[in-house]
Amino acid sequence: MAFNEGLESAAGEEVSGEEVLSDDFWELRLYVAGQTPNSVKAFANLKRICEQELKNRYVIKVIDLLENPQLAKGDQIIAVPTLVRKLPVPVKKIVGTLQDSERVLVGLDLRRQ
Amino acid sequence: MDNRLSKKSAGGGVNFALKKSKTGIPGFDEITAGGLPLCRPTLVCGSAGSGKTLFALEFLVNGILKFDEPGVFVSFEENEAELIENVASLGWDLKGLTEQGKLFIDHVHIERSEIEETGEFNLEGLFIRIEAAARAVGARRIGIDSIEALFSGFSSDSLLRAEIRRLFRWLKAKNLTAVITGEKGNQMLTRHGLEEYISDCVLFLDNRMQGQVATRRMRIIKYRGTSHGTNEYPFLLTERGFSVVPITALAMDYEVSTQRVSTGVERLDTMLGGSGCYRGSSVLVSGTAGTGKSSLGACFVSAACGRGEQAIYFSFEEAPKQIIRNMGSIGIDLQTPVDQGLLTFHSVRVTSFGLEMHLAGMLRMIDEVKPAVVVIDPISNLNSVAVLEDVKEMLARIIDYMKMQGITAVFTDLSHTGSSLEATEAGISSLMDTWILLRDIELNGERNRGMYVLKSRGMSHSNQIREFIISREGISLKDVYIGPGGVLTGTARVVQEAAETEEQILRQRKADSMRQELKRREKALQMRIQELQDAFAAEKEEIEQELAETQAKEKNLAYNKSALAAMRGRDKEER
Repeated sequence: MAFNEGLESAAGEEVSGEEVLSDDFWELRLYVAGQTPNSVKAFANLKRICEQELKNRYVIKVIDLLENPQLAKGDQIIAVPTLVRKLPVPVKKIVGTLQDSERVLVGLDLRRQ
Repeated sequence: MDNRLSKKSAGGGVNFALKKSKTGIPGFDEITAGGLPLCRPTLVCGSAGSGKTLFALEFLVNGILKFDEPGVFVSFEENEAELIENVASLGWDLKGLTEQGKLFIDHVHIERSEIEETGEFNLEGLFIRIEAAARAVGARRIGIDSIEALFSGFSSDSLLRAEIRRLFRWLKAKNLTAVITGEKGNQMLTRHGLEEYISDCVLFLDNRMQGQVATRRMRIIKYRGTSHGTNEYPFLLTERGFSVVPITALAMDYEVSTQRVSTGVERLDTMLGGSGCYRGSSVLVSGTAGTGKSSLGACFVSAACGRGEQAIYFSFEEAPKQIIRNMGSIGIDLQTPVDQGLLTFHSVRVTSFGLEMHLAGMLRMIDEVKPAVVVIDPISNLNSVAVLEDVKEMLARIIDYMKMQGITAVFTDLSHTGSSLEATEAGISSLMDTWILLRDIELNGERNRGMYVLKSRGMSHSNQIREFIISREGISLKDVYIGPGGVLTGTARVVQEAAETEEQILRQRKADSMRQELKRREKALQMRIQELQDAFAAEKEEIEQELAETQAKEKNLAYNKSALAAMRGRDKEER
């Protein structure tokens, strides 16, 4: 599955990424509920944007709430898919399939509005 | 399909024995004939501070404590710590219940500024959270407070509506009985029209200002498949939570006592069938200003404390110290029972808060003190914070409460001059067992107090008007003088009594003199009899003497005759 492959590659990048968790390091979590078309779309979009903008400076953790429902509370997840920027602080959330790259970049503070 | 079925049952008026989930809220289960619809969502709407959250929480807490049904509380507004703190004063230990695994509180925090939207999404995350929470405690009940917060977090209205609709269907499918709260909107019941999605039961809570005092009311806007009252029911937020006042649904099955308690006025006890009123009965003392209503109330509590019983005096007019001083001036000592801890005063201005708060306060105090006698002085003041009907319902509630505990209750009621004395302000006479009426009697330039027993259930009471005298020695009752000119009281009665006494003395004197005259006459007669007897005796003696003399003469004569003859005969015989 593209989805799982994506997950693995994201995790792989975490390992291969720089050790230093500087301000320039991005920790992203993508909350999904099962492998729905929306989930897959969101992951693909996120992956694409990160590769373009944050190459080697990011890690994506995909959290499937169907498997770990208790994790929804911590990041106050209501909608899926939700992208949470854990690092750098402050926490940012972007809801949806991350269709619009510009909005995602604005949401992640990578672009000025 | 399912929906159509239930619609049919409602339309045809056929009760398919809709299953209910008891709320355990006093009064509420009575007005809804069993509680909320089981396994269906109920919408509770109302303005801020109307008690929506509390209703939802109490439904859950009661579910756990009274019906062994665990619950989930999804809060969009307050977090766990705030909720725990807010309801701790109601005696609900949310933390404990959570630790026992009976309650799950999930605070859903939505921070609009943190959230950006792009592309499609749904609220599956929320569903998953609720399901996880429900599974964790095995929930049968759920409270969602308030789901409309979602509208502030997401921009797509239509998506939210679809998702909320899906949530309600999903809750039904999960067999959860849900209470969903919603903020009152301008044109609609809720700000975002949630009532469109909840078809089973909609409640409306209101906190309305009347004059300058807020009164809480509840209305059932719809309840499919159940006949329900469409009235507004006043409700209380007491120290123990919600309490709805359903006057019509009160079960009147309390124990009654045949024991009598003294009113503290001996003569009044006599008027009430000889031994006072029944324990646990309600006594109304009504009258115009200054007729001694409070004094009579004080007599009641003083007598109760004298018997070693607990009493509470609720006053809406006077401060405790003032009551003690004033009653001391008429020989009723209230300081001693206060010092002994037998008498509790509770003075508060009626206008300080709403009716329901007053009654909640009273009920709480009654619960704490467990008195034998309670005086509420006066109930007519309550009219200034609520309409008559509300006062009546509240009083009915408090009377029933006290009857259940066997507390003798004395209510004073101020009737206004001009209106009929027998029309109580609050129209509550039908709730009362004994009604003592105090009235002014104006006559000869003075004003006196009269008292009579208008009614007293279950005893033969006096029908007489008595004069009610408040003196330095306390309260006493006197027979009034009823003459051709009407009822006489006060000085007029004293004057009349004096006149009567005088008359009596005169009559006495007259009788005495007649008696003496009789004696005198008898004596005179006896004297005359004596006189006559004496005269007769004298005459008798004279006659008898004369007779004796005559007899003697006769004898003498006879003797002489025989002597002569003998002399002559002897001569003859000698030849």
